[in-house]
Amino acid sequence: MDFSFTPEQLAFRKEVEDFVKAELPPDWDDQAVFWPGSYGTMPQMESEFQEITRRFNRMVGEKGWNRLGWPEEYGGRNSAMKAAIAGDVLSYYRAPAGGVAVTIAAPTILLVGSEDLKREFLPRIASGEAGFWLAYSEPNAGSDLAAIKTTAVDRGDHFVVNGQKIWSSGAHVTEYAWAIVKTDPEAPRHRSATLMIIPNDTPGVTIKPIINICGNHSFNEVFFDDVRVPKKYVVGEVNQGFYNVMLALQFERLAIGSGAFKRVLEELVQYAKETTRYGRPLAQDPHVRRRLAEMAIEIEMFYSFYWQSAWIQDQGRVPETEASALKLFFTELGVKLANTAVDILGPYGLLDKGSPWAPFGGRVALGYLDSISGPIGAGTSEIQKSIIATRGLGLPRAR
Amino acid sequence: MDFELNEEQRILQKTARDFLKKECPKELVRQLNESDTGHSPELWQKMAELGWQGLILPEVYGGAGWSFLDMAVLLEEMGYNLCPGPFVSTAVLAAPLLVEAGTEAQKSEILPLVARGKQILTLAVLESDCGYDSSVVRTTAVREGDGWVLDGTKLFVPDALAADRILCVARTGGDPGEGLSLFLVDSRDEGVSVTPLKTISGERQCEVVLRKVRLGPERLAGPEGLAWPMVRSALDRAAVARAAETVGAMRATLDLTLAYAKERVQFGRPIGSFQAIQHYLADMWLDILGTRNLVLRAAWKISTGRPARNEVGMAKVRAGQLGRKVTTVGHRIFGAIGFTMEHDLHLYHRRTVGADVAFGDTDFHYEEVARGLGL
Ligand SMILES: Cc1cc2nc3c(=O)[nH]c(=O)nc-3n(C[C@H](O)[C@H](O)[C@H](O)COP(=O)(O)OP(=O)(O)OC[C@H]3O[C@@H](n4cnc5c(N)ncnc54)[C@H](O)[C@@H]3O)c2cc1C
Repeated sequence: MDFSFTPEQLAFRKEVEDFVKAELPPDWDDQAVFWPGSYGTMPQMESEFQEITRRFNRMVGEKGWNRLGWPEEYGGRNSAMKAAIAGDVLSYYRAPAGGVAVTIAAPTILLVGSEDLKREFLPRIASGEAGFWLAYSEPNAGSDLAAIKTTAVDRGDHFVVNGQKIWSSGAHVTEYAWAIVKTDPEAPRHRSATLMIIPNDTPGVTIKPIINICGNHSFNEVFFDDVRVPKKYVVGEVNQGFYNVMLALQFERLAIGSGAFKRVLEELVQYAKETTRYGRPLAQDPHVRRRLAEMAIEIEMFYSFYWQSAWIQDQGRVPETEASALKLFFTELGVKLANTAVDILGPYGLLDKGSPWAPFGGRVALGYLDSISGPIGAGTSEIQKSIIATRGLGLPRAR
Repeated sequence: MDFELNEEQRILQKTARDFLKKECPKELVRQLNESDTGHSPELWQKMAELGWQGLILPEVYGGAGWSFLDMAVLLEEMGYNLCPGPFVSTAVLAAPLLVEAGTEAQKSEILPLVARGKQILTLAVLESDCGYDSSVVRTTAVREGDGWVLDGTKLFVPDALAADRILCVARTGGDPGEGLSLFLVDSRDEGVSVTPLKTISGERQCEVVLRKVRLGPERLAGPEGLAWPMVRSALDRAAVARAAETVGAMRATLDLTLAYAKERVQFGRPIGSFQAIQHYLADMWLDILGTRNLVLRAAWKISTGRPARNEVGMAKVRAGQLGRKVTTVGHRIFGAIGFTMEHDLHLYHRRTVGADVAFGDTDFHYEEVARGLGL
């Protein structure tokens, strides 16, 4: 065992840090009111941050950091650990980086995509130009993804897609849907669907905003009316969509920001030192000390899972149960941290963005609301626990 | 022992349910959540016609003379319906404090107006060190001639923008326990500025800045320097009031969630058939049952004039924590649909977290309970 980073890894971390500090606007922290472990306040998803998101992602692309985990033949460094280090730093500075293209589409295409697909998409994902959104959920298919009703009918060289997706985060600011659709409605549920890429600018795609409880337009409902999708945009094999989506979901569950947790903890510690309550610094209040210490332990534990899952990938395995565990732990930690922050800040913790008295520009108040989304998005906590219990622990299925 | 509401309370409850369902629909709640004052004069007037603002004020001042327990029954229904506006500030926090502390002249001028819905009140206690302790009050009132000059900044003052008068706690002497007095400040007084604070709780809290505010002697409410014990009792009542509203919000959350768990189908069956969801709902139900008992018991103690500090602390802690828990779990059961502005669930969640940090947070009330144990 060895829990240390190599000198090369440490030097790489420093390189990423220097880059982020130099390239993010000086007031980025006041703008990016984002909460770790949740899905509703990411600046990348918001229209007002598109310019900087695009500029920043191009620069990250030029550095080659969008493909750190890829095999060397595709220009990567074959190192999940390096990707995790870069991700940690980017998350710490709340940088508008990452996204579905880099963290989910690319690794899935690498594993199951055709050569054509790789040639068309990988370079543009690596450069930060091509953005994706996840077209999985439908009004009646959330946890039960196999219940999707959107259909794709085979018309020779293309499919014709009809149906509706919902909770489509970032559909309004990206270029391609990463969509699961029914291609053989008669077949058993798990052999009935296909994963495909649908360009947003195809005629018949209509995107309508949904406002989340933080007041942000992060997700959408998307309608497909007679949308023609060329067959070359199928990812993996036809009718193997659920298998491919399960793979993609594992990558999604691994793609989590770590540094932002540590950052919030540091900010709360600073706040506790500088703020008096009942005439003494909060930092001297035993309740406050204990809660912050608790968070430090949880975050440390989270980091151990985080590095461990990168290590597992570098051993040539795709973490399965571990991916669910990581997603579960990370989003529940977002909830705990938000609740701890509100408990410590008291009435200040509920002051919204735009209120002059709001600590951290209202990040805690919005974070409290956003933390609700963590245990729901990307597969609910209840579903993750079922996966751990059945696939991980070998228990029989209840359903 | 008797765990039933009495006849009048049942009628009050029924009236409140029917009235609020009709007069306080969610559209109004949402509209007021977006407005500056969070207050609807029409709704306020109709409530006054039912006698609600004066429910626990003495009959000699135009009130109905009902008990605090009766008030708790009403507040639970208000919480169930998310009834917005300065009701707790006026009818629970400030007016009953004025009954205790005010001069005869103040009471006979102001209280009948309150009861008729013609006057909105609030109480300003907290400052930047937002602890609920007499020592944190730094706003000063200094004698000038036979009057006073007030200076300071009050924070998290509920409904100050809608209020005609603000009962303001200020320091008139050095001793932390004894040096505090109450003043009736009018928001139009020179030197008073009221700025709304934007919160996520749906409440209308304000910053109230007092800059050389000159007040005549008639503005002092109650004996000089002895306001704190009365203010503490007012805060206790308000804490129970918010807890009672929370119980209502928890009940509404359970009703919404239970209905959804029966109708939302995933994997070919209602999600309410999954044990994970059943356990959540069973916990919610139990949490509500227990919290409601504690809250009503605290209200009953206050009503009967018994020492209630301990029970207030217990009720406030449980309502605060479990209110947040129940609404949070409600969100889990609803999944993504509950994470939208359009859905009502977040309105309840906002209220319950607001109630948790208001009028003494969990740590504060835990401490009260610990003291009650003789610690
Ligand atoms: C902020 C946010 C962003 C999102 N972004 C996207 C996106 O970009 N693309 C996309 O496709 N989707 C997205 N989603 C949707 C997300 O994947 C779904 O919300 C999630 O899968 C749950 O589905 P549901 O909301 O329909 O809830 P449901 O599936 O209806 O679940 C309701 C409740 O029942 C429980 N439940 C369901 N089945 C079981 C079971 N078998 N056992 C025990 N409990 C069960 C759930 O855990 C939950 O508590 C997003 C969601 C959120 C909140």
